[in-house]
Amino acid sequence: MGLLLFDVVLCALLLTLAGAAMLSRQLVHAVTLFIAFGVMMALAWARLQAPDLALAEAAIGAGLTGALCFTALARYAGDAGYPKPKLWLPLVFVAAVSALLLYSVFQIPAQPTTELSERVAEHLAVSGVSHPVTAVLLNFRAWDTLLELLVLLLALLGARQVPSQLPLHAGWSLSVSWSRLLSPMLLLLSAYLLWRGAAAPGGAFQAGALLASGLVILRLNQQLAWLSWQNFAVRTLVLAGLIAFVMAGLASLLLPGQLVWLSWPVALAGGIILLVETFATLAIALTLALLVVGEPEQEPADA
Amino acid sequence: MLSFYLYLATAALLLGVGSLGLWRGPELLRRILALNVIGAGIFMLMVSLAYRPVLYGEPADSVLHALVLTGLVVAVSATAFALALLGRLLARPQ
Repeated sequence: MGLLLFDVVLCALLLTLAGAAMLSRQLVHAVTLFIAFGVMMALAWARLQAPDLALAEAAIGAGLTGALCFTALARYAGDAGYPKPKLWLPLVFVAAVSALLLYSVFQIPAQPTTELSERVAEHLAVSGVSHPVTAVLLNFRAWDTLLELLVLLLALLGARQVPSQLPLHAGWSLSVSWSRLLSPMLLLLSAYLLWRGAAAPGGAFQAGALLASGLVILRLNQQLAWLSWQNFAVRTLVLAGLIAFVMAGLASLLLPGQLVWLSWPVALAGGIILLVETFATLAIALTLALLVVGEPEQEPADA
Repeated sequence: MLSFYLYLATAALLLGVGSLGLWRGPELLRRILALNVIGAGIFMLMVSLAYRPVLYGEPADSVLHALVLTGLVVAVSATAFALALLGRLLARPQ
């Protein structure tokens, strides 16, 4: 009963926050409400027994997306106002479509189809890790993860084609000192999440997202001057996630008895997954951080 | 059982709310936020489906969780690219 009450309150809160973000008059309110919506989504994932998603959403949905949207908001400062859009026509149409959608989701049976999860449980012993989500991501469906790293890289390369400078503000002294205090904790926590991912909720994505938010906090407080695409080491590490993955796939193809691309030999699977995850964590963290903070102002040539 | 259908309904309604925001706008930034709300609705639909085995005392479906985890990271990178394009559009001399 108590849990159902929690569910009702959480769902009502999610819908209210999303609706208010869409309908609010001012854009700054919309962005703030959307960040609160991200935090509540993390709570919903935790409730739905998806701790991996809750960890990733708390760092990505609430942290990085918020920083991204506030950066975009700063560019709207000089923008002329828009006329107030009409509400009723879209509302009627969307309400009709939502009613149809609601009707169709209620046709979904509560009895699950367990074929896939049974096969995951069956093969978990030969995957090299004991946490099923990590096994699916880095072993059974490694293609997804490889292509996802490629998508991240493409997003970064695309965003670099359209640079737009934002003036950097000097950090507030309290936030500078707090960011220095917090950053070792964030580093430690993301390393723990990475290591823990083999056996419990955690892994490359969560660790990478957490590390990225730490990097973004420090960068916004005028530290980590090396964090830029101009830096060769940063470029190498951004590419290293993809390269380590492809090399691991090629190397395991050369081993005897391996016929399928991206399938690890049982004896080495745990080590290969940890290696690939470590590079993927660094690549995800640096790519996300570069996507959020972009390029710092170019130094004058004589400075 | 009831909470499963409650989360499914929330997912469908989030899709509706996001579509409303996408239609109305009027600012482009709000339309990007609306796309993210639609994405959250789709993720919630998938995670609710993954929750079904829990109702029968089994662990949740890890394949769907892995897919949504990939989706979260792809969604944030697409958002970042969209916002970079938006920043360029706004910085253009009028």
